Amino acid sequence: MTTTTRYETVIGLEVHVEMNTKSKIFCGCPTAFGNPPNTNVCPVCLGHPGVLPVLNEEALNKAMKAALALNCTIARESKFDRKNYFYPDSPKAYQISQFDKPIGEHGWIEIEVNGETKKIRINRVHLEEDAGKSSHAANGSQTLVDFNRVGVPLIEIVSEADIRTPEEAKAYLEKLKAIMQYCEISDCKMEEGSLRCDANISLRPYGQEAFGTKRELKNMNSFSNVKKALEYEEKAQAELLSSGQDVIQSTLRWDDAANKTLLMRSKEDAHDYRYFPEPDLVQMVIDEAWIARIQATIPELPAERKARYIGEFGLPSYDADVLTASKNVSDFFDAAVKTGADAKLISNWIMGEILGYLNNNSLEIQQSKITPEGLGKMIRMIEDGKISTKIGKDVIRDMLLTGNDPEKIVEEKGLVQISDEGAIAAVVDDVIASNPKSVEDFKAGKEKALGALVGQVMKATKGKANPAVVNKLILDRLNG
Amino acid sequence: MSLLNASIRELHTRITTKEIKPSELVAASLERIAATDSKVRAYLHVNGDLAMERARRLDDNVSPDAPLLYGIPGATKDNMNTKGLPTTAGSKILEPYVSAYNATVVDKLEARGAVSVGKLNMDEFAMGSTGENSAYFPTHNPWNLDRVPGGSSSGSAATVAAGQVLFALGSDTGGSIRQPASFCGVVGLKPTYGLVSRFGLIAYASSLDQIGPMTQSVEDNAVVLQAIAGHDKRDSTSANVEIPDYLSALTGDIRGLRIGLPKEYFGEGLDAGVRAEIEKAVKLLESLGATVGDVSLPHSKHAVATYYLLAPAEASSNLARFDGVRYGLRVEGDNLIDMYKKTRGEGFGEEVKRRIMLGTYALSSGYYDAYYLRAQKVRTLIKQDFDNVFANYDVILSPTAPTTAFKLGEPIDNPVQMYLNDIYTIPVNLAGIPAISVPCGLVDGLPVGLQLIGNAFDESTLLRVAHAFEQAASFTARASM
Repeated sequence: MTTTTRYETVIGLEVHVEMNTKSKIFCGCPTAFGNPPNTNVCPVCLGHPGVLPVLNEEALNKAMKAALALNCTIARESKFDRKNYFYPDSPKAYQISQFDKPIGEHGWIEIEVNGETKKIRINRVHLEEDAGKSSHAANGSQTLVDFNRVGVPLIEIVSEADIRTPEEAKAYLEKLKAIMQYCEISDCKMEEGSLRCDANISLRPYGQEAFGTKRELKNMNSFSNVKKALEYEEKAQAELLSSGQDVIQSTLRWDDAANKTLLMRSKEDAHDYRYFPEPDLVQMVIDEAWIARIQATIPELPAERKARYIGEFGLPSYDADVLTASKNVSDFFDAAVKTGADAKLISNWIMGEILGYLNNNSLEIQQSKITPEGLGKMIRMIEDGKISTKIGKDVIRDMLLTGNDPEKIVEEKGLVQISDEGAIAAVVDDVIASNPKSVEDFKAGKEKALGALVGQVMKATKGKANPAVVNKLILDRLNG
Repeated sequence: MSLLNASIRELHTRITTKEIKPSELVAASLERIAATDSKVRAYLHVNGDLAMERARRLDDNVSPDAPLLYGIPGATKDNMNTKGLPTTAGSKILEPYVSAYNATVVDKLEARGAVSVGKLNMDEFAMGSTGENSAYFPTHNPWNLDRVPGGSSSGSAATVAAGQVLFALGSDTGGSIRQPASFCGVVGLKPTYGLVSRFGLIAYASSLDQIGPMTQSVEDNAVVLQAIAGHDKRDSTSANVEIPDYLSALTGDIRGLRIGLPKEYFGEGLDAGVRAEIEKAVKLLESLGATVGDVSLPHSKHAVATYYLLAPAEASSNLARFDGVRYGLRVEGDNLIDMYKKTRGEGFGEEVKRRIMLGTYALSSGYYDAYYLRAQKVRTLIKQDFDNVFANYDVILSPTAPTTAFKLGEPIDNPVQMYLNDIYTIPVNLAGIPAISVPCGLVDGLPVGLQLIGNAFDESTLLRVAHAFEQAASFTARASM
């Protein structure tokens, strides 16, 4: 028995999502990412003496929307609290957050791992303000702070410790991201920090109910890194436990370059945040009508879309999962289906050529030039025999880069399929004459030889010959 | 300096009839400051050039329908932000700080034509009852320069008592407008929590702080309150209520008014001379047609203890932003933590540090329930006491402070002794209700203040009673400087 199989892994995730409101949560500054340092700031978000926060209602509405999309119960009375700690990127030296009355509680989402569906409960969703961003000089002499991000509205989504494998953790994050994107709450870009994830992980012997001692992991900057860090930590804790040592409660950071976790602080250094109710803001009272109004803004979510793709279009569950993982891809699919092209063919082209190209170039679908109408049209051209599937692959490449109409591409590049028997017959005769060995093999009963001959014809016509016509002509000649 | 002893309404008439110019009035104020402030020391910063420039611009635009405060010189406590001017809150940690914006009250006064001549001395971050906690220098009581003016709005009370300006703004967290008003023989009003915007007021204890006017008369007080009261969308705790016409409340008629005398406010610790003056005031109000009854505010005895948990708790968080990172004082250190320690160690005074420590302790994990949470519950009980009394009474009457002004530099061995000076004023802040201190007599040549406490948002009744009393008592004594 290997060490890891003696222990059950228990994981809980804390995810921070930056919401895409136009202005900050407690002042009127813009939330735009990427502006020059300290330009999206004012006395309020810089924590000048005497300033007061005023809640941006859009932030509250979006937080409620997120909580509802995660199946949470919305608090009828909610409030803000101050979380006190000193750090240069926290201008007031406290963060306005929520302590004992979060906006949402008791939610859940479903994930699928290895074909099995599992419910992960969500403990709470609360609303808070983001901090600034510190940059440290390489020699440690100076720290520079950019306050543009201070006051950007965040929601913190805390899962229950229901996750059992690093793979489930990754699936949970992907589902969370999809739901946030569908609800247009955030773009959830981990590399830009609009989604951040801390993970708590502990091990316990199978059958034991009590949780083991946990460690908190920070500084993972992609979903794959979250998985890698959890796998690393799972193994490290199992080794400690199986050699009779204790896991010490602590916070570790993932070092991506070194591929390992490093100690940040032990439990003794844990902060006492001295939470108390924020006296500068009033309690929020949320009634049924308000909740209903927000509920009505929640669009079709990935799980519902997946069911629709399977039910309405007969797509395999795998296809439906891949397509609905990203709202943009799923929207693209829906629009392409509207052109009347076959849904399964659309799915094949998206999952094959299009996603392949996007992944290789680290692009989002909306960053490429291809349109759903163009894809639909191209698929119909294949169905109508105007181009071959092989030519289709070239056309798609062009469409991804230029966004041009597929008919125009085919015409300009002279890619129209040749279906005229007269035009193909001469080439077929040439190929048969110059490949006596293949002809002999075919006549000796080697079916494979037919493929070789067809291939030669296709090569000679630069792929433009209609393969069905070529097939027919060769068989006519050889059998005739 | 008769010009500066006139009422705001008289001066308004003289300005709008072009008998005097705003610039003459402001110049008179600046001259008076130049002549007397080396003794009183009410000002941390006098912006004479700016004030005169502004006054001269006002000279050119006098019209018959100008607002009452048009061309009237006033000043603000140094914990209110004034764009482009120093705002220190009486602390070394903000010595280099220049405000980036105006407090709402400052904007409102400017919009009505008032002219700010400077920033007033105060106990550091509004923590103190004598003015001696100013990190710069103590302010002296114009009635007797060896005495304290009270605090924390020490400069605000002293400048009005010295006739340097027509009005000053103070802030009151546990009595910081009313107690110095009492010590300096001026009128000081602490409005209902939420009546006046706190935007731009450097927070001491956010759930208790309130800005209010300090003036030579009740009528002047009503004029200034009218200018600064009202909802502000930049302050979520400001109330969205209709603002009445306060001047029209000054009818002089208090017949049938029901006054409650809380027995807990006339007990041990009350100076006999002060008591005698308050009792005289009660008789006078009765003679004007008011009825008087004994009432009880049983939880008031816990008010000082409650206040000294809640106010420091909020202060410990409010003052955390003064960390040397973005503005104000920075004392460099070996590393970040060292810089924090040195900056805050050198930037804050003893009393401020004491309250930060108290508040940090009260909020600490494991102590929160026993201190902060319990104090909040007692606060609710204190408020209920007042609600019970106001079911049957219109105002509650008490001394503002148990004594007259004490001597400057009198050693205070025990901070708790000093805290008890606010015993009659603190419950009012905890309840969030309004109260006014109006001069009612002298003891050994030092003024005594009468405190009238009203129901929430009923400033009109307080002003009406205070005005009727002021007219009948004809308390005309002034600091003889």
